[in-house]
Amino acid sequence: MNTSPHDTIVITGVGLTAPNGQSLAEFRSNLLAGVSGVTPYSVRYFGDTVAGLCQFDTGRYQSRKELRIGTRAGSISIYCAHEALRDAGLALPDLDRSRLGVFIGITEHGNVETENEIYEISKFNYDIKYWSHHHNPRTVANNPAGEVTVNLGITGPHYTIGAACAAGNLGVVNGVQQLLLGEVDLALAGGVSESPRTFGIFAAFRSQNALASHADPRQASRPFDRARNGIVVSEGGALFVLERLDRALARGAHIYGEIAGYAYNSDALDMVLPNPERQTECMRRAIARAGLRPQDIHLVNTHATGTPAGDAKECEAIRAVFGPECTETWVNNTKSFIGHTMGAAGALELAGNLPSFDDRRVHPTINLDDLDPECALNGLVAGRPQTAKKLDTILNNSFGMLGINCVLVVRRHRG
Amino acid sequence: MTREAIGQAVIDIIRDIVPDEDCTGLDPEKNLRDQLDLDSMDFLDIVMELRKKYGVEVPEADYGKLATLKSCVEYLTPALASR
Repeated sequence: MNTSPHDTIVITGVGLTAPNGQSLAEFRSNLLAGVSGVTPYSVRYFGDTVAGLCQFDTGRYQSRKELRIGTRAGSISIYCAHEALRDAGLALPDLDRSRLGVFIGITEHGNVETENEIYEISKFNYDIKYWSHHHNPRTVANNPAGEVTVNLGITGPHYTIGAACAAGNLGVVNGVQQLLLGEVDLALAGGVSESPRTFGIFAAFRSQNALASHADPRQASRPFDRARNGIVVSEGGALFVLERLDRALARGAHIYGEIAGYAYNSDALDMVLPNPERQTECMRRAIARAGLRPQDIHLVNTHATGTPAGDAKECEAIRAVFGPECTETWVNNTKSFIGHTMGAAGALELAGNLPSFDDRRVHPTINLDDLDPECALNGLVAGRPQTAKKLDTILNNSFGMLGINCVLVVRRHRG
Repeated sequence: MTREAIGQAVIDIIRDIVPDEDCTGLDPEKNLRDQLDLDSMDFLDIVMELRKKYGVEVPEADYGKLATLKSCVEYLTPALASR
């Protein structure tokens, strides 16, 4: 990618909500301390299970009426947007809001709201005259990003990016691209998920034999472990403030990192099974676009969700990219703490690792008690944080159903 | 239901629909939308809640009859007085 200050896109603000942290500081602290955010949960029709739920203050940025008519994905997005702008030192009244864009990745949207309406009319013998007029604005695909614009008075472009579980990363990519195209001067970009509010996702994963279960919810999400038995469904969100480096420098912004490279491609193979060949290709392209070699990557944040097949395939892909020459490359996994935050995952997991540029600490993969040999990776950090000798680059993997892959490479800013 | 109870029922519905608004001391003679931040979608919510809670159907042609608290009571009394 072009490295001129005008064409370098940097992260200058982070707003997030995670099952184990409602700010980057709290999230990071819990990732380093090994604190899981997965808890017992019960959802309509499905019954008892486990999930990662966010405890952010919904009333901080929304009125009670907004909460009543809006969606959970909208609330998560609004919280993250305000927090990101605040973190970036940007005050809304001072911004040209026609030059601010909102680009939010989603795995799915509308399932929660549709299930709610069907449940509501079930109380009235399924008479559709009781179907809410709020259904359409709640379920249009742009809803989470649109709610952000309504709440914050942003008149620049907004849309969501439907990209299954690669969506968080692809949201960031869209922000970068819109900035480079000159469509916006600032971007709020990342991903969100409200998925635990739908019983359908739990039921479908169970039918697929891909839903995690464990007597201790905190141990249910266990990527790479022999005893892993599926996905923990979680909600969450992470939006970054992205801007051009020259603008960020001019206003003296804190720079979390530079988007050094990215790539996205398709497996063209299967509805659910991943293809490590295409994942390998995607990682290599992202690294090459950053002008780097695999051995220049110091931290690989894996996508692994805790499914037997998916984890092994990703590890196969990682081993193909990162050979024995990669002696300074560490590997970790954030889902082991928070479960799978779906559309938020890529962005949220990247956020949790950005502070590594400052402290060189690599948060561990937790619940990795008995490594599956198929998931053996050089540099895999398990149980306790690792301090890296060098930590200038992070590669973040996100893969999703229908074979969608998106890889980000972020570089520490040398100020 | 008494006229007073019907009026209170309408206020309770409105309070749920615009929970940030102060619904105490509403002037029954004044247009509700002049006293509260009620938009057209909120108004549809009032119609929906009357349907769900009291089985009252308000056809679109009659929406104007729900303009004030007093006119709401007048309009709803025939349907709700016997309840």
